[in-house]
Amino acid sequence: MYRGLLISSGFHVAIVMVSILALPFVAKKPLDIPPLISVELIQIAEKTNIPFAPKASKIIEKAKKENNKLLSEQAPPKKVKKDKKKEVQTDKKKNEISKLASKKTPTIENNIEKLKKEKLNAVPLPEKEKQKIQPKEEKKQKPSKEVNDENIKKLVETKKPLLDEKKVKQVSEFEKKDKLDLNEIAALIDKKKENLAEIKQDEDKISQSSDETMDYSTLTLSEEDALKAQIFTCWSVPIGLPFSEDLLVRVKLQLKPDGSIEKLEMLDHIKMNTPGKEKFRTLADSVRRAIQLCNPLKVPTSGYERWKNMILNFDARDMLGG
Amino acid sequence: MFRIINLTFIVILLTITRANSLIEIDITRGNLDPLPIAVSPLYQDDKSKKNSINEIKIENVGSEISSVVENNLKTSGLFNPLSKDAFLQKPDIAHLKPRFEDWALIKAQALITGKVTMENKKLKVEFRLWDILAGREMMALAFTTVPSNWRRVGHIISDKVYERLTGEKGYFDTRIIYVSEEGPKTARVKKLAIMDQDGFNNKYLTLGNELVLTPRFNPTSQMVTYLSYFKNLPRVYLLDIETGTQEVVGDFPGMTFAPRFSPDGKKIIMSFAKDGNSDIYTMDLENRIVERITNHPSIDTSPSYSPDNKFITFNSDRSGFQQIYIMKADGSNVKRISFGKGLYGTPVWSPRGDLIAFTKLHKGKFYIGVMRTDGSGERLLTENYYQEAPSWSPNGRVLIFYRETKSNDKGEGFSAKLWSIDLTGYNERQVQTETDASDPSWSSLLSN
Repeated sequence: MYRGLLISSGFHVAIVMVSILALPFVAKKPLDIPPLISVELIQIAEKTNIPFAPKASKIIEKAKKENNKLLSEQAPPKKVKKDKKKEVQTDKKKNEISKLASKKTPTIENNIEKLKKEKLNAVPLPEKEKQKIQPKEEKKQKPSKEVNDENIKKLVETKKPLLDEKKVKQVSEFEKKDKLDLNEIAALIDKKKENLAEIKQDEDKISQSSDETMDYSTLTLSEEDALKAQIFTCWSVPIGLPFSEDLLVRVKLQLKPDGSIEKLEMLDHIKMNTPGKEKFRTLADSVRRAIQLCNPLKVPTSGYERWKNMILNFDARDMLGG
Repeated sequence: MFRIINLTFIVILLTITRANSLIEIDITRGNLDPLPIAVSPLYQDDKSKKNSINEIKIENVGSEISSVVENNLKTSGLFNPLSKDAFLQKPDIAHLKPRFEDWALIKAQALITGKVTMENKKLKVEFRLWDILAGREMMALAFTTVPSNWRRVGHIISDKVYERLTGEKGYFDTRIIYVSEEGPKTARVKKLAIMDQDGFNNKYLTLGNELVLTPRFNPTSQMVTYLSYFKNLPRVYLLDIETGTQEVVGDFPGMTFAPRFSPDGKKIIMSFAKDGNSDIYTMDLENRIVERITNHPSIDTSPSYSPDNKFITFNSDRSGFQQIYIMKADGSNVKRISFGKGLYGTPVWSPRGDLIAFTKLHKGKFYIGVMRTDGSGERLLTENYYQEAPSWSPNGRVLIFYRETKSNDKGEGFSAKLWSIDLTGYNERQVQTETDASDPSWSSLLSN
């Protein structure tokens, strides 16, 4: 009896062992882990979809370089400088905590932050950047002094992580917007956060419209592309013109906030009435017509000061067989 | 110390320039569509209409002139005349003061208005060119002429408008001389004929008794040189279109080819075979002295001067194949400029001076093309079974040439027609002629 049982169990064990070791479909396949792909995050404004002429490429490259500068310079806005004196000593501790917190959580955001901080280190203003938001909060905190001690404590408690977040948000405008939304939701849940959310909104508005560090001499590439695309369609190039080096017309525009043209000035207007420069006059006329046809221009919604005055270089040399 | 001051100065300067720098945007592309233009019929009052019926049997000559202008501008490929049905304003009011909004509404960027009066057997035509978008007048002119000249007035207006809007001289008030061909391919009757560049006012200058070849206009006058066979001997003739007088320049030995004027009209350049060797010669029209320009055992033909009289382009087979060469006007510094595959012929220097037009034969196809005077930038504008003899419009923007179609075994289906093409290569059109036509030559502007 026992013997039969032993033989049977032994036989079964043998079958199981054979099936595990010898039969392929029982064996578990090793997991195929896809190779890591590094992703570079770029602002949309850095990319252009408009194909450009060879001459324009140089200009675009120049603009790219300037935009790169902008990226590294945008983080420490000027207002920080003003508020230097009001800096609270405890901030250093908070900064340290925030740094630690960001190190502990190896998220994509933190990685970006790291990268950008590395860039920032190349720019000689790292400390100012950390102190950026502090003074504004203090101003807004003043009315809350009337609130009782418990509330103050709570506020301090809630502020700490928020301040940390703010420093992360300084990295880019996109991230700011994301986190602003989260805070607004959080503020809805916890009414204590409401004030802070408002502070942040104000702060964003400031950085959009009246940021003094904004480079007034450039448009983002997408803004520039949008303007170019409009003018391309409006400009009927006089294709009968023979090629010459004189096929460049420069126009200075003064625009109203709605994009309509306040003043149009031909920069080489002397040539317009010079005998022997009829070809230039023809080209200049076509340029004038193009601008009038495109009036009002579809301009960027913000940063009027940047594009209030601009110079358009109408260059027909590439098109007319240079 | 000085370094610090210098550095401070540079920093301040940079800051100032940075603060004052404006956004600059480079516009390197545009719309290459023809310019939309409205050609309003020229206004004519009832009294003038009656007079014009009596004089030239046309009731509304104003409308006819505007049609001539419209057609010219359209064929240039640079303008898009808008349909008259879309016009909102009447011609008489439009001529006084156009309502620019109405014209802008139909997308016109320029407007031509005008007025025609006919009194004392004189035709007076006024016209104005308006910039619709700027809302201002660009040009206003008036012409007085004999009534039968009304088509020419249309051409002159077209030239003025063309010049104002494109920046270069027009080519509408011009004529084309060509060889009219009739009859079967084996027994063609060839006559010298002349017409306006738009195909109207066709006239025959010879009767067709003798074979005529290669008529060429003098760039400075209405004089034509051509080749005609008299008793099987080639003769070079001069013909004054205005007076109809004709003279023989000379009998030249052997095969003579393609006499052509120099740009100043004082010389004729041609090739003929002396002692069995074809070379290039010039002949001074004042003293009739013949001068040899090339002296090479190869065949040198089809010479053409540069507009400044300093260089000559010609074709030669001195490299083994027919190619294009240039040299100085005295025959020195001969340089080959065509290096592409195939055979090159009939080089013609552009009146602008920037390009040389040619015929190319490659793999059984004929091409009309242009290249720069150093041989670079070769562009083939059109390809066909058989086409050759390009001739430049006086502004150097359009080429006229002739094209033959293939005949069948019985010799049927053969035809030769004149065609024009502009430098873009896109605006190719057949030029209407009464008969078959070949060897066209474009005159200079008549109104010069």
